[in-house]
Formats: sequence, structure tokens, C-alpha cells
Amino acid sequence: MEFLRPTSWADALAAKAAQPDAVPIAGGTDIMVELNFDKRRPPALLDLNRVTELTDWSIDDGRVRLGAGVSYTRVIDELGTELPGLAMASRTIGSPQIRNRGTVGGNLGAASPAGDSHPPLLALDAEVEVASVRGSRRLPALDFYTGVKRNALAADELIAAILLPRARGPQQFCKIGTRNAMVIAVATFALVLHPERARVGTGIGSAAPTPIRAHDAEAFLADALTADNLWESRRDLPSALVREFGARVSAATAPIDDVRGAAAYRRHAMTVMAKRALGWAWDDYRKVA
Amino acid sequence: MRITAIVNGEPREADDVWEGESLLYVLRERMGLPGSKNACEQGECGSCTVYLDGVPVCACLVAAGQAQERTVVTVEGLGNRDALHPLQQAFVDAGAVQCGFCTPGLIVAAHDLLGRNRAPSDPEIREALAGNLCRCTGYEAILAGVRLAADRMSEPAR
Repeated sequence: MEFLRPTSWADALAAKAAQPDAVPIAGGTDIMVELNFDKRRPPALLDLNRVTELTDWSIDDGRVRLGAGVSYTRVIDELGTELPGLAMASRTIGSPQIRNRGTVGGNLGAASPAGDSHPPLLALDAEVEVASVRGSRRLPALDFYTGVKRNALAADELIAAILLPRARGPQQFCKIGTRNAMVIAVATFALVLHPERARVGTGIGSAAPTPIRAHDAEAFLADALTADNLWESRRDLPSALVREFGARVSAATAPIDDVRGAAAYRRHAMTVMAKRALGWAWDDYRKVA
Repeated sequence: MRITAIVNGEPREADDVWEGESLLYVLRERMGLPGSKNACEQGECGSCTVYLDGVPVCACLVAAGQAQERTVVTVEGLGNRDALHPLQQAFVDAGAVQCGFCTPGLIVAAHDLLGRNRAPSDPEIREALAGNLCRCTGYEAILAGVRLAADRMSEPAR
């Protein structure tokens, strides 16, 4: 096995182009488990820890450009105001030790349907910036997930950054697991209210082969909030509206029975999480008024 | 490959390191530092917690090559048999050690907590130690050990 240690982004892309079967490693929280348990023997590891271009974030034109190598701990400590939904999700990940190493870029690379950062990215219409020696491209997070643990990266591409709009309304994240730490999600739900454009964003994890959005529920809720003038009045939400939103979110899922939970449980949990997240987000929205 | 790093304040090197090896293996098997324990090898248990460039991590999830020219501090770097760190002494005095396997990782994780927060609340202690499992389930005494250390370490030096 080779251990490739580029110190710049250009060198990293050149190394990946020269050896497309090299496996990128950043926090190592997925890759090292596979190596320790002999489940994977890649011909080369491509260490990205020394590529400083990946470990910064910046704000540009109303969007956060989050380097793929920024740790969850830093998302929590530094971006709680700009990206409250992603920071909430980050707090539920693993343990302090895991959050000190794990990255959103790594979550995207692994593309597990249970990855905790995916639902907030979907709810925010985040874009993923990927690059190779051929150039760089941006694609919506929704198009990045192509199957169970599969993503849209070409063999010579690496994940550079995630582009996310700064929060302009309430954001929520819910996760179900057996305890508060060290849990792979049984089900997750992210909700973002976009009052400035009267839209709603959702993201669902661990309830379909890939992370998904509940498009129908989003449109239903946004249209109802507009039709009833609730964005302006900020009145209590009608309980029928909350119920219908929960039902539509659940209807968007395609869960399976597995070791962490049953499909029926996940469908029910999704209804409950969607209703609660909406209640919490609406409470936040009313407080700001 | 050869790995060089500053370990517990001293330059160390290891030869013939396999590229897929973990930092934990290098520390224990090649550098003679068995304080960090090898238990789950998947980041679940925290028994191998060490500082990497000042940040607590699971050494089993750090590829050896990622530690090249970095600074590592293990439980051996915090105190020794003749001069225990106040946190280590507090664990002894509070009876926070049963089989002892989780203790090194807990010491490093609690050391990091007390470095950031001199007077942590119980929820803060629990959160900071959430990635460290004690299979003897001696958590209450562990919490007591951390509280005792925090109390002693906040007293003015005599």
C-alpha cells in the first residue's frame, strides 16, 4: 500500500488523477475502521490532512463556503449562527473524539444514507464543489447521492467544499438513536424555513437508499403558509396543517427493516419528527417577530 | 515507511510502519507506549484517546502516516508512577478505576475537558466523556474522580 501525502490542493488533484484508485482519507473515522477490520485494502491512501485549502471556511456572497476538511467540532464552535441546522446535526455525531476528526466532506465521500450531515445540506439546497485536474464543478447535494454509499464523484475527483446559504430563518434537526452519543441514526429529519422567499426545505436520513427530500411536503407547507398569510401574521399553526405536513414527510420515505430499526417504526418516527421540528421552528420564527 | 513525530515531548521514530497501520499500533507496538489501550478499533470506546496536535482523538482512527511530524501526547505524557497528574491521583482517590482498561482514555478525555473548563457541570462532564466506554460500568465513580480533580485543580497552589 502507498501512502500519498500531498501538501497542496493542486498536488492532491494530481495525485488522484495519477492514481484514481487511491482512497482519500481525512478524519479516518470510516476508512480506518475498514482497514482495522481487514474489510478494505486499497492500493493507496491519499491523506488530505495536510491540504490547508480544505480546512478553512469563508463567507462569500451570502453563502458559506465550507472546506471539505473542516471538522464537525469547528462547525459547532464557529458556524452555529450561520449554519444552525448543520451545527445541530454535527452535535449529534459520534463523540468529541469523532467530531474532532470527522468532516462534512468525509460524510459526503462515504455517502451513507445514515450520514448525519446530509439532511441539513438537502434542506438548505447546498451545493457540493468537486474538482479534478480537468477542472471543478458544482452540483446540488440532491444530485450528489446516487445510491447506498455511492456518490457522483468521478474516479479522478475530490470533494473541495460545500456551499450553503447563511441562515435567514429557523432551522431544526432531529435524530433518533438508542443514546445521545455514538449512534448511527435510526432516522433523521432536517427542516429549514426560508421566510425571505416563502419556501421550506427538508432533508431525510436513514429512511431511503439515499438521503432524500420530501418535495411534496415542502411545497404543501410553503403554499399553505403563503395562502393563509402565516409568514406575515406568524399566528399559531393550525394543527391540521402540522399533521398533514408530518404525514407527507413520512410518505416521502422508503425505509427498510434493518438491525437499527423497522421500516414501520421509521415511517412513524418521521411523522413525529417532522411535526416536532415544524413546531420548534415555528416557535423560533414567532420569537424573532 | 518511517514515521517521525514528537511523542510526549520527545522526537520519536518508527521504521517499517505499514501504510494502513493506525497511530495506536505505532504507539503501542513500535514505540513501547502501551498506555493507550486497543479495544474496539472503530472509534466507539475511546480507550485509545490521545492528543494529536493538542486535540483529543481516537488513535485507532488516525492513519500512522497522518501523525508524521505531528505532536502526540499519550496518557504516559500526563504523569508517571512517581508523579501522578492531579487528575490521575483523583481517579485513584475516588476509586474511579476498576479493571482499568478504559482509564487511560478517560484520563486524556477528562484532561482535555479540565483544560477547557475548570469547573464543569455534570452534564458537561457526561458530554465530554460520551465517547469513552467503561465496560465495568463504573461511571459514577469516574464522574466523582473528575469532580474531585476539578476541585483540587482549582485550588490555589500551596
